Amino acid sequence: MKMKLTTMALTALMAAGPAMADLVFPSLSYRTGPYAAGGIPFADGYADYFTLLNERDGGIGGIPTRVLECETGYNTEKGVECYESTKAEGALVYQPLSTGITYQLIPKATADGIAIHSMGYGRTSAANGKVFSNVFNYPANYWNGASGAINYLMSQGDLTGKKVALVYHNSAYGKEPIRTLEELSAKHGYDLTLIPVDHPGQEQKSQWLQIRREKPDFVIMYGWGVMNQVAVQEAANIRFNMENFIGIWWSGSENDVLPAGDKANGYKALTFHGVGNDFPVFADIQKHVVDAGKAAGAGDQIGTVLYNRGLYAAMLAAEAVKTAQSIHGEMDITPAMMRDGMEALEITEEKMAGLGLPGFGPSFSVSCENHGGPGLVGMTQWDAAAKTWSLISDFSESDMDVIQPLIDADSEAYAAENNIEAGC
Amino acid sequence: MPEQLVFAMEVFLNGLMAGVLYALVALGFVLIFKASGIFNYAQGVMALFSALTLVGIMEGQVPFSHIINAVFGTEIHHFGWHVPALLAILITMAVMVLFAWIVQRYIFRHLVGQEPIILFMATIGLAYFLEGVGDLMWGSEIKKLDVGLPQGINDWIDLTTYNIFDYGFFIDNLDIVATVIAALLVAALVIFSQYSKEGRAMRAVADDHQAALSVGVSLNFIWIMVWSVAGFVALVAGIMWGTKSGVQFSLSLIALKALPVLMLGGFTSIPGAIVGGLIIGVGEKLFEFAIGPMVGGATENWFAYVLALIFLVFRPQGLFGEKIIERV
Amino acid sequence: MFYREAGDFKTSYTDDNQTFPIKFDRYRYYVVLAVAFGIIPFIINDYWANAFLLPFLIYSIAAIGLNILTGYCGQVSLGTGGFMAVGAYACYKLMTSFPDVNIFFHVIAAGGITAIVCAAFGLPSLRIKGFYLAVATLAAQFFLVWLFNKVEWFYNYSASGQINAPERFVFGVPVTGANTDAWATYLFCLVFLTISAIVARNMTRGMQGRKWMAIRDMDIAAEIIGVNPMRAKLSAFAVSGFFIGISGALFFAVYLGAVEVGEVFGIQKSFLVLFMIIIGGLGSIFGSFAGAAFLVLLPVLLKLIGVDLLGWPTDIVAHFNLVIVGALIIVFLIAEPHGIAQLWRVAKEKLRLWPFPH
Repeated sequence: MKMKLTTMALTALMAAGPAMADLVFPSLSYRTGPYAAGGIPFADGYADYFTLLNERDGGIGGIPTRVLECETGYNTEKGVECYESTKAEGALVYQPLSTGITYQLIPKATADGIAIHSMGYGRTSAANGKVFSNVFNYPANYWNGASGAINYLMSQGDLTGKKVALVYHNSAYGKEPIRTLEELSAKHGYDLTLIPVDHPGQEQKSQWLQIRREKPDFVIMYGWGVMNQVAVQEAANIRFNMENFIGIWWSGSENDVLPAGDKANGYKALTFHGVGNDFPVFADIQKHVVDAGKAAGAGDQIGTVLYNRGLYAAMLAAEAVKTAQSIHGEMDITPAMMRDGMEALEITEEKMAGLGLPGFGPSFSVSCENHGGPGLVGMTQWDAAAKTWSLISDFSESDMDVIQPLIDADSEAYAAENNIEAGC
Repeated sequence: MPEQLVFAMEVFLNGLMAGVLYALVALGFVLIFKASGIFNYAQGVMALFSALTLVGIMEGQVPFSHIINAVFGTEIHHFGWHVPALLAILITMAVMVLFAWIVQRYIFRHLVGQEPIILFMATIGLAYFLEGVGDLMWGSEIKKLDVGLPQGINDWIDLTTYNIFDYGFFIDNLDIVATVIAALLVAALVIFSQYSKEGRAMRAVADDHQAALSVGVSLNFIWIMVWSVAGFVALVAGIMWGTKSGVQFSLSLIALKALPVLMLGGFTSIPGAIVGGLIIGVGEKLFEFAIGPMVGGATENWFAYVLALIFLVFRPQGLFGEKIIERV
Repeated sequence: MFYREAGDFKTSYTDDNQTFPIKFDRYRYYVVLAVAFGIIPFIINDYWANAFLLPFLIYSIAAIGLNILTGYCGQVSLGTGGFMAVGAYACYKLMTSFPDVNIFFHVIAAGGITAIVCAAFGLPSLRIKGFYLAVATLAAQFFLVWLFNKVEWFYNYSASGQINAPERFVFGVPVTGANTDAWATYLFCLVFLTISAIVARNMTRGMQGRKWMAIRDMDIAAEIIGVNPMRAKLSAFAVSGFFIGISGALFFAVYLGAVEVGEVFGIQKSFLVLFMIIIGGLGSIFGSFAGAAFLVLLPVLLKLIGVDLLGWPTDIVAHFNLVIVGALIIVFLIAEPHGIAQLWRVAKEKLRLWPFPH
């Protein structure tokens, strides 16, 4: 055992090394385990964007970026290890990428003064910046997603008296939209049926038989992992109209629809960022990253939904760094400055166009009170013949009148339980 | 006929079909346990591995391409050919036989005569190993598996039942195919073990290792054979489940669906696996249908185990297991 | 030369009955305790605590608990994850319902509640044996996880369904919540581990332990010589549940701070703890430690070597990790089927004779 300990100490020493001036972005990726198919493109996109910044612009504001990748396998305990091993290197912002790791890091990172950006996942009520000073979940969260789906359906026709079924992963994540959908059902007069699917979701016959019997007009899905592929397949099997089947953004990648083949055509999914590779930035990535042999992955994921999401996360982080640099007038920023930068972040149409990502996401701004942004969500649809997702609606408002009270209630309960003084 | 009853019938039929799929996985466990007393935790991973191999061969993927590219800086992924499904299945079977030989030669030959729990542990090590190797060989993205099996609602049943009950039943074509294949597989296994020389030897080994050894049965050969057959069963299960969800890591979790089946049917009985699978399939689906909505749904996972537990309290060796005779 | 009874005279029965009758052994034990309590708290940092020591300490408690049930009493259980969840949720409910009571008592009470639940799920063991029982305990695993996920009362009706450990203090020092110091959490868990190990060790070498082992070796024979199988089995379930409950409470409150039941206390946890005791050695307290160390430290170590030292891509390292751990388990079993504890016993046997083995 002693031998091992010395090797370990040695390793730790060597890993620590001399610190150069750089901007460290840990990437808690999951390229292995049950959800690897979703984790690989995200991690690739996140890393490739920073590589692009280094290669093309020499970093952000002249300071090179460094992505510290740590494999979590979507496992909370490995996430703890990853957090502890990367935070000492001056990590600026964490993308925990799993509900479990996010919850687990919220108090820790807050105590350490490091920001967390849980983009479209994690604790929804973290949008309340008064309670969650170091946690950001802009541009959209699960409740925005639920409301966005309902808004989209209402734009297609009146929902009164219609039946909406929610098929969800029976976990904290899957249960997120229930309260929002219930409130909205009281407001708009649709019937809500809840259909939980137990982890992992390999077998969903009962659930889809129930849907077939009860004939809901619309099905909304909060699924994850193998559950998505099986659900899309089963929906196709019972000939549910794919046009009326809407997934949350974690149920809307190529992985989820490809196994079902042509029958998945018309399936819809929410999103908060652009899809496809029809943006100028991809030419730069091809030139500076892929052709230079510096791509994080095999390079075959570029332009997929989850790759774009990783890229979008990296873009938002880089923009927050720029904001922080201009606020504090210092180029080599600290985690605390990064937090300020994220809080003052403003994404506009011009900014995105300047980055080669015109219309890639909604324009929004973050404030001290609101860490969640305006909650603009768009809708995408799958074209099985062309094997592409396409955006079929604008990034539009969700019903904050319903969501804001829920956010306040949940965050205040958290604040009371943990004796947190409201900031701002 | 009241509506609920018609629905229950539909659920019942689908439960039977799901049960067949569970039984397919359980069958692999039973074969190995019967012949060698090993509770093979790796059966689920074997299903994953065989399905991965099948897809890899069909698509002409280069094994270990990820690591080769990482080490040598090359960019190879595909051989550029497509192998027809049937040929690919045969090649995969050959791979599973090779796997069986390796397992027997390098692991279980050294563990003959150990306690069951230690053999069980070895299969856990094997499961880890195989999972890692599978990922390294073929990558961890989701792969579409299409060996030409039909999928989707069966129109004939839909129409016929609609004419009778005014409500068309949903039966998945894939499930029907799975049932036929499972029936053929079980029939083949029964014929093989009853009438062929190797099959009789296998049963002899299952009854008594030493007695079989003394009349000249090669234990080594039998065990390799049993692992090969289990590998083949895993491949069939992998194809069935993989067609539905794409081939991915979660395929290895189907083993968890097979455990209550095993427990209910008995670890040592092939008919037990089938009957157990049917009971579990029907039981959990009907419970979810009738009681599920009252308690909030998603009951299937635990109900299967509770059902098996209730059966076991009355028959501790499972429905068809060998009677446990205890002597001091 | 040093490690032998010769020259180590005992003059009273108390001396003769002590846990470590060999002097060298005893001193080694004191040294380990002194290092653990006296030195490590002063040199520990966040990384060491959270990546190695806390999981090691907590898994050791769970492994001791399961070892009592499986290693000493012979009842294979795959419900450990579910029972740890009982401990965690009991601790959470107690922490939020009685915020003024010291967390120390909450953890103990969580252990007590788990003991009751565990004993209740142990009832089928009176009829069912061997692997059949293992699969029966899986019913507990799946049912408990489903229950904690479903019934909102368990997570205080929070919208997220997660439980978060509020800040609690021992002697004015925070041990749970965000603002903890590495040494405080470490010492808190270490105290529990030390007490658990001492209690378990003494229980297993006393009358109760002998009853359990009699049941394990052959329950009918044990019954004939007067061991009540029901009481022996259920007491094993209860005692094991007590330790597992404590480990679950610590796992939630001190180590992770926030828990989602399906992810943290799923079936994988049950298997992991079972692997620990089999690799470490069934029926050995030391084996519980060794197994926990092996399965906690090895993956992190391999990761450190692969990623930080050799600079390989993280996913390849993670896959190799699986291959190496799997291969090591097999190699271990072939070389020494009875686990690390047996290696240790063999080493001790050799040491006693050394340097004159004949």
